[in-house]
Amino acid sequence: MTDATMTHAQTPGGSLPRRSLSRRVLPYAMLSPAVLVTLAIVFLPMIQTAWMSLHDYVLFRPNDFEWVGLQNFRTALADEVFWISLGHTVIWMAATIPAQLLLGLATAMLLNQHFPWRPLARALIIIPWALPSVVIALMWVWIYDSNYGVANEFLLRLGLIRQAIPWLADPDTALGAIILTLTWQGFPFFAVMILAGLQSIPKSYYEAASIDGASAWRQFWHITLPGISGVMMTAVLLRLIWVANSFDVIFVMTGGGPGYATYTLPLYAFVKARTNLDFGYGSAIAVLFTMLLMVVVVIYLRRTGKAVE
Amino acid sequence: MALRRPSTLRRILTVDLPMAAILTFTLGPYLWMFLTSVSNEDTLFTEGPSLAGASVANYVRLFETVGFGSNLMDSLIVSAGTVAVGLSLSVTAAYAFSRFNFPGKRLLMLQFLLINMFPLVLLILPLFVLFRVLGLLDTHAALIIANSTVAIPFSIWMMVSYMNGIPRSLDEAAMTDGCTRLQALVRVVLPLCLPGIIATGIYIFITSWNEYLYALTLGGRNVRTITVAVQTLIGEYEVQWGLLTAGGITGALPATLLFLLVQKRLISGLTQGAVKG
Repeated sequence: MTDATMTHAQTPGGSLPRRSLSRRVLPYAMLSPAVLVTLAIVFLPMIQTAWMSLHDYVLFRPNDFEWVGLQNFRTALADEVFWISLGHTVIWMAATIPAQLLLGLATAMLLNQHFPWRPLARALIIIPWALPSVVIALMWVWIYDSNYGVANEFLLRLGLIRQAIPWLADPDTALGAIILTLTWQGFPFFAVMILAGLQSIPKSYYEAASIDGASAWRQFWHITLPGISGVMMTAVLLRLIWVANSFDVIFVMTGGGPGYATYTLPLYAFVKARTNLDFGYGSAIAVLFTMLLMVVVVIYLRRTGKAVE
Repeated sequence: MALRRPSTLRRILTVDLPMAAILTFTLGPYLWMFLTSVSNEDTLFTEGPSLAGASVANYVRLFETVGFGSNLMDSLIVSAGTVAVGLSLSVTAAYAFSRFNFPGKRLLMLQFLLINMFPLVLLILPLFVLFRVLGLLDTHAALIIANSTVAIPFSIWMMVSYMNGIPRSLDEAAMTDGCTRLQALVRVVLPLCLPGIIATGIYIFITSWNEYLYALTLGGRNVRTITVAVQTLIGEYEVQWGLLTAGGITGALPATLLFLLVQKRLISGLTQGAVKG
Protein backbone atom coordinates (compact mmCIF):
# COMPACT_ATOMS: atom_id res chain seq x y z
CA MET A 1 0.00 0.00 0.00
CA THR A 2 2.79 2.41 0.86
CA ASP A 3 4.72 1.02 -2.08
CA ALA A 4 2.19 2.34 -4.53
CA THR A 5 2.60 5.87 -3.26
CA MET A 6 6.34 5.48 -3.17
CA THR A 7 6.50 4.54 -6.84
CA HIS A 8 4.98 7.85 -7.75
CA ALA A 9 7.13 9.78 -5.35
CA GLN A 10 10.40 8.56 -6.79
CA THR A 11 9.74 8.47 -10.52
CA PRO A 12 11.14 11.87 -11.51
CA GLY A 13 14.21 11.14 -13.61
CA GLY A 14 14.54 7.47 -14.70
CA SER A 15 12.18 5.93 -17.19
CA LEU A 16 8.92 4.77 -15.69
CA PRO A 17 8.51 1.38 -17.41
CA ARG A 18 11.98 0.12 -16.48
CA ARG A 19 11.61 1.25 -12.92
CA SER A 20 8.30 -0.44 -12.49
CA LEU A 21 9.61 -3.66 -14.06
CA SER A 22 12.57 -3.79 -11.70
CA ARG A 23 10.21 -2.86 -8.88
CA ARG A 24 8.04 -5.84 -9.70
CA VAL A 25 10.99 -8.21 -10.02
CA LEU A 26 12.93 -6.95 -7.02
CA PRO A 27 10.95 -8.69 -4.24
CA TYR A 28 11.19 -12.01 -6.07
CA ALA A 29 14.90 -11.52 -6.63
CA MET A 30 15.36 -10.84 -2.93
CA LEU A 31 13.35 -13.92 -2.03
CA SER A 32 14.98 -16.27 -4.52
CA PRO A 33 18.00 -17.39 -2.45
CA ALA A 34 15.87 -18.52 0.48
CA VAL A 35 13.17 -20.01 -1.73
CA LEU A 36 15.59 -21.93 -3.94
CA VAL A 37 17.52 -23.34 -1.01
CA THR A 38 14.38 -24.46 0.79
CA LEU A 39 13.13 -26.04 -2.43
CA ALA A 40 16.36 -27.99 -2.65
CA ILE A 41 16.71 -29.06 0.97
CA VAL A 42 13.08 -29.33 2.09
CA PHE A 43 10.61 -29.81 -0.72
CA LEU A 44 12.66 -32.06 -2.99
CA PRO A 45 13.55 -34.41 -0.11
CA MET A 46 9.89 -34.48 0.87
CA ILE A 47 8.88 -35.54 -2.61
CA GLN A 48 11.60 -38.15 -2.43
CA THR A 49 10.06 -39.53 0.77
CA ALA A 50 6.73 -39.87 -0.99
CA TRP A 51 8.51 -41.54 -3.91
CA MET A 52 10.39 -43.95 -1.63
CA SER A 53 7.15 -44.87 0.13
CA LEU A 54 5.89 -46.32 -3.15
CA HIS A 55 8.89 -48.60 -3.50
CA ASP A 56 10.31 -51.63 -1.81
CA TYR A 57 13.54 -50.04 -0.66
CA VAL A 58 15.80 -51.61 1.93
CA LEU A 59 19.11 -49.87 2.34
CA PHE A 60 21.31 -52.96 2.48
CA ARG A 61 19.98 -53.96 -0.94
CA PRO A 62 20.66 -50.60 -2.62
CA ASN A 63 20.14 -51.86 -6.16
CA ASP A 64 16.68 -53.12 -5.36
CA PHE A 65 14.32 -50.22 -5.84
CA GLU A 66 11.17 -51.96 -6.93
CA TRP A 67 7.90 -50.16 -7.57
CA VAL A 68 5.22 -51.63 -5.32
CA GLY A 69 2.54 -48.96 -5.54
CA LEU A 70 0.53 -48.62 -2.36
CA GLN A 71 1.73 -51.94 -0.93
CA ASN A 72 3.66 -50.25 1.93
CA PHE A 73 0.56 -48.34 2.95
CA ARG A 74 -1.58 -51.46 2.90
CA THR A 75 1.00 -53.22 5.06
CA ALA A 76 1.01 -50.31 7.50
CA LEU A 77 -2.75 -50.30 7.90
CA ALA A 78 -2.66 -54.03 8.66
CA ASP A 79 0.35 -53.63 10.96
CA GLU A 80 -0.50 -54.00 14.64
CA VAL A 81 2.47 -51.90 15.72
CA PHE A 82 1.26 -49.05 13.50
CA TRP A 83 -2.04 -48.92 15.38
CA ILE A 84 -0.33 -49.25 18.77
CA SER A 85 1.95 -46.35 17.86
CA LEU A 86 -0.96 -44.26 16.61
CA GLY A 87 -2.83 -44.96 19.86
CA HIS A 88 0.17 -43.87 21.92
CA THR A 89 0.57 -40.73 19.83
CA VAL A 90 -3.05 -39.82 20.60
CA ILE A 91 -2.84 -40.65 24.34
CA TRP A 92 0.43 -38.83 24.57
CA MET A 93 -0.92 -35.66 22.99
CA ALA A 94 -4.22 -35.83 24.86
CA ALA A 95 -2.39 -36.05 28.20
CA THR A 96 0.63 -33.81 27.62
CA ILE A 97 -1.01 -30.78 26.02
CA PRO A 98 -3.75 -30.20 28.65
CA ALA A 99 -1.24 -30.77 31.46
CA GLN A 100 1.17 -28.27 29.92
CA LEU A 101 -1.66 -25.82 29.30
CA LEU A 102 -3.03 -25.92 32.86
CA LEU A 103 0.37 -25.73 34.52
CA GLY A 104 1.41 -23.00 32.09
CA LEU A 105 -1.78 -21.04 32.78
CA ALA A 106 -1.27 -21.25 36.55
CA THR A 107 2.35 -20.20 36.19
CA ALA A 108 1.45 -17.28 33.94
CA MET A 109 -1.22 -16.06 36.36
CA LEU A 110 1.33 -16.17 39.19
CA LEU A 111 3.98 -14.42 37.12
CA ASN A 112 1.47 -11.69 36.34
CA GLN A 113 1.15 -10.80 40.06
CA HIS A 114 3.42 -8.35 41.80
CA PHE A 115 6.08 -9.87 44.02
CA PRO A 116 9.65 -8.82 44.68
CA TRP A 117 11.52 -11.59 42.86
CA ARG A 118 9.29 -11.66 39.80
CA PRO A 119 12.04 -10.85 37.23
CA LEU A 120 14.16 -13.70 38.57
CA ALA A 121 11.26 -16.17 38.49
CA ARG A 122 10.41 -15.11 34.97
CA ALA A 123 13.96 -15.69 33.77
CA LEU A 124 14.38 -19.07 35.47
CA ILE A 125 11.02 -20.60 34.54
CA ILE A 126 12.00 -20.89 30.90
CA ILE A 127 15.15 -22.97 31.47
CA PRO A 128 13.69 -26.43 30.66
CA TRP A 129 12.77 -25.11 27.26
CA ALA A 130 16.38 -24.23 26.42
CA LEU A 131 17.88 -27.58 27.39
CA PRO A 132 18.93 -30.15 24.78
CA SER A 133 16.40 -32.99 24.66
CA VAL A 134 19.19 -35.51 25.16
CA VAL A 135 20.12 -33.85 28.44
CA ILE A 136 16.47 -33.76 29.48
CA ALA A 137 16.18 -37.46 28.73
CA LEU A 138 19.40 -38.18 30.60
CA MET A 139 18.41 -36.37 33.76
CA TRP A 140 14.96 -37.90 33.89
CA VAL A 141 16.38 -41.38 33.33
CA TRP A 142 18.54 -40.67 36.36
CA ILE A 143 15.54 -39.44 38.35
CA TYR A 144 13.49 -42.50 37.39
CA ASP A 145 16.39 -44.93 38.02
CA SER A 146 14.97 -48.00 39.73
CA ASN A 147 17.84 -48.45 42.20
CA TYR A 148 19.15 -45.00 43.01
CA GLY A 149 16.60 -42.66 41.44
CA VAL A 150 15.34 -39.77 43.50
CA ALA A 151 11.73 -40.34 42.39
CA ASN A 152 11.56 -43.71 44.11
CA GLU A 153 13.32 -42.47 47.20
CA PHE A 154 11.02 -39.47 47.48
CA LEU A 155 7.85 -41.55 47.12
CA LEU A 156 9.14 -44.26 49.47
CA ARG A 157 9.86 -41.73 52.19
CA LEU A 158 6.43 -40.19 51.79
CA GLY A 159 5.00 -43.68 52.05
CA LEU A 160 3.16 -43.39 48.75
CA ILE A 161 4.72 -46.56 47.37
CA ARG A 162 5.83 -49.69 49.21
CA GLN A 163 8.77 -50.66 47.02
CA ALA A 164 10.90 -49.08 44.34
CA ILE A 165 9.26 -49.04 40.92
CA PRO A 166 11.30 -49.44 37.73
CA TRP A 167 9.42 -46.55 36.10
CA LEU A 168 10.85 -46.79 32.60
CA ALA A 169 11.21 -50.57 32.49
CA ASP A 170 7.62 -51.32 33.45
CA PRO A 171 5.26 -51.17 30.45
CA ASP A 172 2.46 -49.85 32.67
CA THR A 173 4.33 -46.81 33.93
CA ALA A 174 6.74 -46.03 31.07
CA LEU A 175 4.36 -43.93 28.97
CA GLY A 176 3.16 -42.01 32.03
CA ALA A 177 6.72 -41.31 33.15
CA ILE A 178 7.56 -39.91 29.72
CA ILE A 179 4.40 -37.80 29.71
CA LEU A 180 5.52 -36.20 32.98
CA THR A 181 8.94 -35.45 31.49
CA LEU A 182 7.40 -33.81 28.44
CA THR A 183 5.00 -31.79 30.55
CA TRP A 184 7.98 -30.53 32.48
CA GLN A 185 9.78 -29.65 29.27
CA GLY A 186 6.88 -27.88 27.58
CA PHE A 187 4.87 -25.98 30.17
CA PRO A 188 7.23 -22.96 30.31
CA PHE A 189 6.37 -22.31 26.67
CA PHE A 190 2.69 -22.00 27.58
CA ALA A 191 3.52 -19.88 30.61
CA VAL A 192 5.47 -17.38 28.54
CA MET A 193 2.90 -17.19 25.74
CA ILE A 194 -0.05 -16.84 28.13
CA LEU A 195 1.80 -14.26 30.20
CA ALA A 196 2.19 -12.11 27.09
CA GLY A 197 -1.55 -12.47 26.52
CA LEU A 198 -2.37 -11.55 30.12
CA GLN A 199 -0.31 -8.41 29.88
CA SER A 200 -2.23 -7.27 26.84
CA ILE A 201 -5.52 -7.14 28.80
CA PRO A 202 -6.19 -3.53 29.90
CA LYS A 203 -6.12 -3.07 33.69
CA SER A 204 -9.20 -0.84 33.49
CA TYR A 205 -11.36 -3.91 32.72
CA TYR A 206 -10.54 -5.37 36.12
CA GLU A 207 -11.03 -2.05 37.87
CA ALA A 208 -14.44 -1.61 36.30
CA ALA A 209 -15.37 -5.18 37.24
CA SER A 210 -14.33 -4.72 40.89
CA ILE A 211 -16.37 -1.55 41.12
CA ASP A 212 -19.34 -3.51 39.86
CA GLY A 213 -18.64 -6.05 42.59
CA ALA A 214 -17.55 -8.98 40.41
CA SER A 215 -15.82 -11.75 42.36
CA ALA A 216 -12.27 -12.84 41.47
CA TRP A 217 -13.65 -15.99 39.88
CA ARG A 218 -16.11 -14.06 37.73
CA GLN A 219 -13.36 -11.68 36.70
CA PHE A 220 -11.23 -14.63 35.64
CA TRP A 221 -14.10 -16.23 33.74
CA HIS A 222 -15.39 -13.11 31.98
CA ILE A 223 -12.28 -10.97 31.48
CA THR A 224 -9.13 -13.07 31.74
CA LEU A 225 -10.19 -16.16 29.81
CA PRO A 226 -11.72 -14.32 26.84
CA GLY A 227 -8.65 -12.06 26.79
CA ILE A 228 -6.18 -14.90 26.46
CA SER A 229 -8.23 -17.42 24.50
CA GLY A 230 -6.61 -16.39 21.21
CA VAL A 231 -3.10 -16.87 22.54
CA MET A 232 -4.03 -20.15 24.20
CA MET A 233 -5.49 -21.49 20.97
CA THR A 234 -2.37 -20.55 19.02
CA ALA A 235 -0.13 -22.03 21.68
CA VAL A 236 -2.12 -25.28 21.80
CA LEU A 237 -1.99 -25.70 18.02
CA LEU A 238 1.73 -24.94 17.86
CA ARG A 239 2.38 -27.29 20.72
CA LEU A 240 0.23 -30.08 19.25
CA ILE A 241 2.33 -29.96 16.11
CA TRP A 242 5.54 -29.76 18.05
CA VAL A 243 4.76 -32.52 20.54
CA ALA A 244 3.50 -34.81 17.80
CA ASN A 245 6.67 -34.30 15.79
CA SER A 246 9.29 -34.63 18.47
CA PHE A 247 10.37 -38.05 19.53
CA ASP A 248 13.98 -37.48 20.56
CA VAL A 249 13.24 -37.52 24.30
CA ILE A 250 11.42 -40.84 24.00
CA PHE A 251 14.07 -42.25 21.71
CA VAL A 252 16.81 -41.57 24.25
CA MET A 253 14.78 -42.47 27.34
CA THR A 254 13.32 -45.80 26.28
CA GLY A 255 13.96 -46.27 22.56
CA GLY A 256 10.24 -47.09 22.33
CA GLY A 257 10.35 -49.91 24.84
CA PRO A 258 9.74 -51.86 26.94
CA GLY A 259 8.23 -53.84 24.12
CA TYR A 260 6.17 -51.33 22.17
CA ALA A 261 5.01 -49.53 25.32
CA THR A 262 6.29 -46.08 24.31
CA TYR A 263 6.20 -46.30 20.51
CA THR A 264 4.75 -43.28 18.74
CA LEU A 265 4.28 -42.93 14.99
CA PRO A 266 7.30 -40.77 14.14
CA LEU A 267 9.44 -42.95 16.39
CA TYR A 268 8.19 -46.09 14.63
CA ALA A 269 9.02 -44.62 11.21
CA PHE A 270 12.47 -43.62 12.43
CA VAL A 271 13.22 -46.97 14.07
CA LYS A 272 12.03 -48.89 10.99
CA ALA A 273 14.43 -46.94 8.82
CA ARG A 274 17.29 -46.79 11.29
CA THR A 275 17.44 -50.31 12.65
CA ASN A 276 15.72 -52.32 9.93
CA LEU A 277 17.05 -50.02 7.18
CA ASP A 278 13.63 -50.40 5.59
CA PHE A 279 13.40 -46.93 4.05
CA GLY A 280 10.40 -47.76 1.88
CA TYR A 281 8.18 -48.80 4.77
CA GLY A 282 9.59 -46.12 7.10
CA SER A 283 8.76 -43.48 4.48
CA ALA A 284 5.22 -44.82 4.14
CA ILE A 285 4.64 -44.45 7.90
CA ALA A 286 6.16 -40.97 7.84
CA VAL A 287 3.83 -39.99 4.98
CA LEU A 288 0.76 -41.39 6.78
CA PHE A 289 1.73 -39.57 9.96
CA THR A 290 2.24 -36.31 8.08
CA MET A 291 -1.18 -36.62 6.50
CA LEU A 292 -2.79 -37.00 9.93
CA LEU A 293 -0.82 -34.07 11.29
CA MET A 294 -1.79 -31.86 8.38
CA VAL A 295 -5.29 -31.55 9.84
CA VAL A 296 -3.88 -29.60 12.79
CA VAL A 297 -1.42 -27.72 10.59
CA VAL A 298 -4.15 -26.52 8.24
CA ILE A 299 -6.18 -25.16 11.17
CA TYR A 300 -3.11 -23.33 12.42
CA LEU A 301 -2.22 -21.92 9.02
CA ARG A 302 -5.72 -20.60 8.50
CA ARG A 303 -5.51 -18.70 11.77
CA THR A 304 -2.05 -17.33 11.01
CA GLY A 305 -2.98 -16.63 7.41
CA LYS A 306 -5.60 -14.23 8.65
CA ALA A 307 -3.06 -12.50 10.87
CA VAL A 308 -0.60 -12.12 7.97
CA GLU A 309 -3.15 -10.24 5.85
CA MET B 1 -5.40 -3.42 41.43
CA ALA B 2 -5.00 -0.10 43.15
CA LEU B 3 -8.42 -0.52 44.70
CA ARG B 4 -7.58 -3.42 46.99
CA ARG B 5 -4.01 -4.06 47.95
CA PRO B 6 -3.68 -7.49 49.52
CA SER B 7 -1.62 -7.87 52.66
CA THR B 8 1.92 -9.19 52.48
CA LEU B 9 1.08 -12.39 54.31
CA ARG B 10 -1.72 -13.15 51.92
CA ARG B 11 0.54 -12.43 48.98
CA ILE B 12 3.17 -14.83 50.31
CA LEU B 13 0.60 -17.59 50.73
CA THR B 14 -1.12 -17.16 47.38
CA VAL B 15 1.72 -16.01 45.14
CA ASP B 16 5.21 -16.54 46.50
CA LEU B 17 4.73 -20.06 47.84
CA PRO B 18 3.01 -21.52 44.77
CA MET B 19 5.56 -19.80 42.55
CA ALA B 20 8.39 -21.26 44.61
CA ALA B 21 6.80 -24.71 44.31
CA ILE B 22 6.58 -24.43 40.52
CA LEU B 23 10.16 -23.17 40.30
CA THR B 24 11.32 -26.10 42.43
CA PHE B 25 9.62 -28.46 40.00
CA THR B 26 11.21 -26.58 37.08
CA LEU B 27 14.75 -26.32 38.37
CA GLY B 28 14.85 -29.35 40.66
CA PRO B 29 15.84 -31.92 38.03
CA TYR B 30 18.56 -29.64 36.70
CA LEU B 31 20.00 -28.91 40.13
CA TRP B 32 19.80 -32.60 41.02
CA MET B 33 21.80 -33.40 37.90
CA PHE B 34 24.38 -30.78 38.84
CA LEU B 35 24.60 -32.09 42.39
CA THR B 36 25.14 -35.62 41.12
CA SER B 37 27.88 -34.47 38.76
CA VAL B 38 29.99 -32.92 41.52
CA SER B 39 29.37 -35.66 44.06
CA ASN B 40 32.06 -38.08 45.07
CA GLU B 41 31.70 -41.16 42.85
CA ASP B 42 32.62 -43.55 45.70
CA THR B 43 29.82 -42.49 47.98
CA LEU B 44 27.25 -41.63 45.30
CA PHE B 45 25.40 -44.91 45.53
CA THR B 46 25.78 -45.49 49.23
CA GLU B 47 24.93 -42.04 50.53
CA GLY B 48 23.38 -40.35 47.52
CA PRO B 49 24.47 -37.10 45.90
CA SER B 50 25.76 -34.49 48.31
CA LEU B 51 27.91 -31.41 48.34
CA ALA B 52 30.18 -32.88 51.01
CA GLY B 53 33.46 -33.76 49.33
CA ALA B 54 32.34 -32.15 46.07
CA SER B 55 34.87 -32.31 43.26
CA VAL B 56 35.21 -31.66 39.56
CA ALA B 57 36.79 -35.08 39.01
CA ASN B 58 33.95 -36.13 36.70
CA TYR B 59 34.45 -33.09 34.50
CA VAL B 60 38.18 -33.69 34.27
CA ARG B 61 37.56 -37.27 33.25
CA LEU B 62 35.02 -36.15 30.70
CA PHE B 63 37.59 -34.08 28.83
CA GLU B 64 40.66 -36.22 29.42
CA THR B 65 39.47 -39.76 28.83
CA VAL B 66 36.15 -39.44 27.04
CA GLY B 67 37.33 -36.60 24.77
CA PHE B 68 34.45 -34.20 25.10
CA GLY B 69 36.60 -31.36 23.77
CA SER B 70 36.36 -32.45 20.16
CA ASN B 71 32.61 -33.00 20.51
CA LEU B 72 32.21 -29.44 21.75
CA MET B 73 34.23 -28.28 18.75
CA ASP B 74 31.99 -30.20 16.32
CA SER B 75 28.89 -28.72 17.90
CA LEU B 76 30.39 -25.25 17.71
CA ILE B 77 31.24 -25.59 13.99
CA VAL B 78 27.82 -26.97 13.10
CA SER B 79 25.92 -24.37 15.12
CA ALA B 80 27.97 -21.40 13.91
CA GLY B 81 27.66 -22.65 10.33
CA THR B 82 23.89 -22.96 10.64
CA VAL B 83 23.66 -19.44 12.05
CA ALA B 84 25.67 -18.08 9.11
CA VAL B 85 23.58 -19.92 6.50
CA GLY B 86 20.26 -19.22 8.20
CA LEU B 87 20.82 -15.50 8.70
CA SER B 88 22.47 -14.70 5.37
CA LEU B 89 19.77 -16.41 3.31
CA SER B 90 16.90 -14.87 5.19
CA VAL B 91 17.86 -11.18 5.48
CA THR B 92 16.84 -10.18 1.95
CA ALA B 93 13.81 -12.47 2.02
CA ALA B 94 12.59 -10.94 5.28
CA TYR B 95 13.08 -7.45 3.85
CA ALA B 96 11.05 -8.34 0.77
CA PHE B 97 8.23 -9.70 2.94
CA SER B 98 8.32 -6.71 5.22
CA ARG B 99 8.48 -3.92 2.64
CA PHE B 100 6.79 -5.05 -0.57
CA ASN B 101 3.36 -6.16 -1.61
CA PHE B 102 3.50 -8.58 -4.49
CA PRO B 103 1.38 -11.38 -5.92
CA GLY B 104 1.96 -14.63 -4.04
CA LYS B 105 3.32 -12.95 -0.91
CA ARG B 106 0.90 -14.60 1.47
CA LEU B 107 1.40 -18.01 -0.10
CA LEU B 108 5.17 -17.72 0.10
CA MET B 109 5.07 -16.61 3.73
CA LEU B 110 2.78 -19.47 4.70
CA GLN B 111 5.03 -21.81 2.77
CA PHE B 112 7.90 -20.87 5.07
CA LEU B 113 5.67 -21.37 8.09
CA LEU B 114 4.57 -24.74 6.78
CA ILE B 115 8.15 -26.02 6.51
CA ASN B 116 8.59 -25.81 10.26
CA MET B 117 5.51 -27.95 10.80
CA PHE B 118 6.61 -30.93 8.78
CA PRO B 119 7.72 -33.87 10.87
CA LEU B 120 11.43 -34.35 11.04
CA VAL B 121 11.10 -38.03 10.06
CA LEU B 122 9.75 -36.94 6.71
CA LEU B 123 13.05 -35.16 5.96
CA ILE B 124 15.58 -37.26 7.78
CA LEU B 125 15.18 -40.38 5.60
CA PRO B 126 15.61 -38.68 2.18
CA LEU B 127 18.42 -36.44 3.48
CA PHE B 128 20.26 -39.54 4.63
CA VAL B 129 19.86 -41.17 1.22
CA LEU B 130 20.83 -37.93 -0.54
CA PHE B 131 23.95 -37.30 1.55
CA ARG B 132 25.00 -40.91 1.10
CA VAL B 133 24.92 -40.47 -2.66
CA LEU B 134 26.76 -37.14 -2.45
CA GLY B 135 29.31 -38.55 0.00
CA LEU B 136 28.41 -35.91 2.56
CA LEU B 137 27.57 -38.25 5.43
CA ASP B 138 29.62 -37.62 8.56
CA THR B 139 30.65 -34.09 7.54
CA HIS B 140 29.90 -30.75 9.14
CA ALA B 141 28.24 -29.61 5.91
CA ALA B 142 25.61 -32.35 6.16
CA LEU B 143 24.56 -31.25 9.62
CA ILE B 144 24.60 -27.57 8.68
CA ILE B 145 22.32 -28.25 5.70
CA ALA B 146 19.98 -30.39 7.79
CA ASN B 147 19.74 -27.79 10.56
CA SER B 148 19.14 -25.07 7.97
CA THR B 149 15.84 -26.70 7.03
CA VAL B 150 14.57 -25.39 10.36
CA ALA B 151 16.76 -22.32 10.72
CA ILE B 152 15.92 -20.56 7.43
CA PRO B 153 12.13 -20.43 7.80
CA PHE B 154 12.40 -19.60 11.48
CA SER B 155 14.75 -16.68 10.99
CA ILE B 156 12.68 -15.32 8.10
CA TRP B 157 9.62 -15.18 10.35
CA MET B 158 11.49 -13.64 13.25
CA MET B 159 13.17 -11.03 11.08
CA VAL B 160 9.96 -10.04 9.32
CA SER B 161 8.49 -9.28 12.72
CA TYR B 162 11.53 -7.19 13.73
CA MET B 163 11.64 -5.35 10.40
CA ASN B 164 7.94 -4.57 10.56
CA GLY B 165 8.75 -2.68 13.74
CA ILE B 166 11.00 -0.25 11.85
CA PRO B 167 9.04 2.53 10.12
CA ARG B 168 9.06 2.50 6.36
CA SER B 169 9.54 6.23 6.31
CA LEU B 170 13.18 5.62 7.25
CA ASP B 171 13.88 3.61 4.07
CA GLU B 172 12.01 6.21 2.06
CA ALA B 173 14.09 9.00 3.52
CA ALA B 174 17.27 7.12 2.69
CA MET B 175 16.13 6.54 -0.87
CA THR B 176 15.16 10.19 -1.29
CA ASP B 177 18.73 10.96 -0.31
CA GLY B 178 19.94 8.80 -3.19
CA CYS B 179 20.31 5.33 -1.69
CA THR B 180 19.22 2.32 -3.69
CA ARG B 181 16.94 -0.27 -2.13
CA LEU B 182 19.82 -2.50 -1.15
CA GLN B 183 21.76 0.40 0.32
CA ALA B 184 18.72 1.40 2.34
CA LEU B 185 18.50 -2.15 3.61
CA VAL B 186 22.18 -2.41 4.49
CA ARG B 187 22.70 1.09 5.89
CA VAL B 188 19.39 1.84 7.57
CA VAL B 189 17.25 -1.21 8.26
CA LEU B 190 19.92 -3.75 9.20
CA PRO B 191 21.67 -1.60 11.82
CA LEU B 192 18.31 -0.80 13.39
CA CYS B 193 17.22 -4.41 13.71
CA LEU B 194 20.66 -5.65 14.72
CA PRO B 195 19.49 -6.58 18.23
CA GLY B 196 16.71 -8.66 16.68
CA ILE B 197 19.13 -10.29 14.25
CA ILE B 198 21.48 -11.17 17.09
CA ALA B 199 18.65 -12.68 19.11
CA THR B 200 17.51 -14.70 16.09
CA GLY B 201 21.08 -15.85 15.48
CA ILE B 202 21.48 -16.93 19.08
CA TYR B 203 18.21 -18.83 18.96
CA ILE B 204 19.35 -20.66 15.82
CA PHE B 205 22.62 -21.40 17.56
CA ILE B 206 20.80 -22.88 20.56
CA THR B 207 18.47 -25.06 18.50
CA SER B 208 21.36 -26.36 16.37
CA TRP B 209 23.42 -26.98 19.49
CA ASN B 210 20.54 -28.93 21.03
CA GLU B 211 19.64 -30.84 17.88
CA TYR B 212 20.05 -34.57 18.24
CA LEU B 213 18.31 -36.73 15.63
CA TYR B 214 19.98 -35.25 12.55
CA ALA B 215 23.31 -35.34 14.33
CA LEU B 216 22.80 -38.99 15.19
CA THR B 217 21.68 -40.05 11.71
CA LEU B 218 23.86 -37.87 9.48
CA GLY B 219 26.94 -37.61 11.70
CA GLY B 220 29.28 -40.42 12.62
CA ARG B 221 32.78 -41.16 13.76
CA ASN B 222 34.34 -37.93 12.49
CA VAL B 223 31.60 -35.50 13.31
CA ARG B 224 30.00 -36.27 16.63
CA THR B 225 28.18 -33.40 18.25
CA ILE B 226 27.81 -32.96 21.97
CA THR B 227 24.24 -34.30 22.06
CA VAL B 228 25.24 -37.53 20.35
CA ALA B 229 28.26 -37.76 22.65
CA VAL B 230 26.02 -37.46 25.72
CA GLN B 231 23.72 -40.15 24.37
CA THR B 232 26.71 -42.40 23.64
CA LEU B 233 27.84 -41.93 27.23
CA ILE B 234 24.52 -43.32 28.43
CA GLY B 235 25.24 -46.50 26.51
CA GLU B 236 28.90 -46.85 27.40
CA TYR B 237 29.06 -45.78 31.03
CA GLU B 238 25.67 -47.05 32.04
CA VAL B 239 25.88 -46.84 35.80
CA GLN B 240 28.50 -44.11 36.18
CA TRP B 241 25.98 -41.44 36.89
CA GLY B 242 28.56 -38.93 38.07
CA LEU B 243 30.21 -38.93 34.67
CA LEU B 244 26.90 -39.03 32.80
CA THR B 245 25.45 -36.04 34.62
CA ALA B 246 28.70 -34.11 34.16
CA GLY B 247 28.26 -34.72 30.43
CA GLY B 248 24.68 -33.49 30.64
CA ILE B 249 25.65 -30.29 32.43
CA THR B 250 28.48 -29.62 29.99
CA GLY B 251 26.22 -30.18 27.01
CA ALA B 252 23.46 -27.96 28.35
CA LEU B 253 25.52 -25.11 29.74
CA PRO B 254 26.34 -23.09 26.59
CA ALA B 255 22.73 -23.13 25.40
CA THR B 256 21.36 -22.28 28.84
CA LEU B 257 23.69 -19.32 29.32
CA LEU B 258 23.03 -17.95 25.84
CA PHE B 259 19.33 -18.34 26.36
CA LEU B 260 19.29 -16.46 29.64
CA LEU B 261 21.23 -13.72 27.90
CA VAL B 262 18.72 -13.03 25.15
CA GLN B 263 15.50 -14.43 26.52
CA LYS B 264 13.72 -11.14 26.94
CA ARG B 265 14.09 -9.96 23.36
CA LEU B 266 13.56 -13.44 22.02
CA ILE B 267 10.34 -14.02 23.88
CA SER B 268 8.91 -10.70 22.76
CA GLY B 269 9.70 -11.67 19.15
CA LEU B 270 8.24 -15.15 19.56
CA THR B 271 5.05 -14.09 21.29
CA GLN B 272 4.29 -11.05 19.16
CA GLY B 273 2.75 -13.08 16.37
CA ALA B 274 0.84 -15.22 18.82
CA VAL B 275 -0.71 -12.34 20.70
CA LYS B 276 -1.82 -10.64 17.54
CA GLY B 277 -3.15 -13.84 15.96
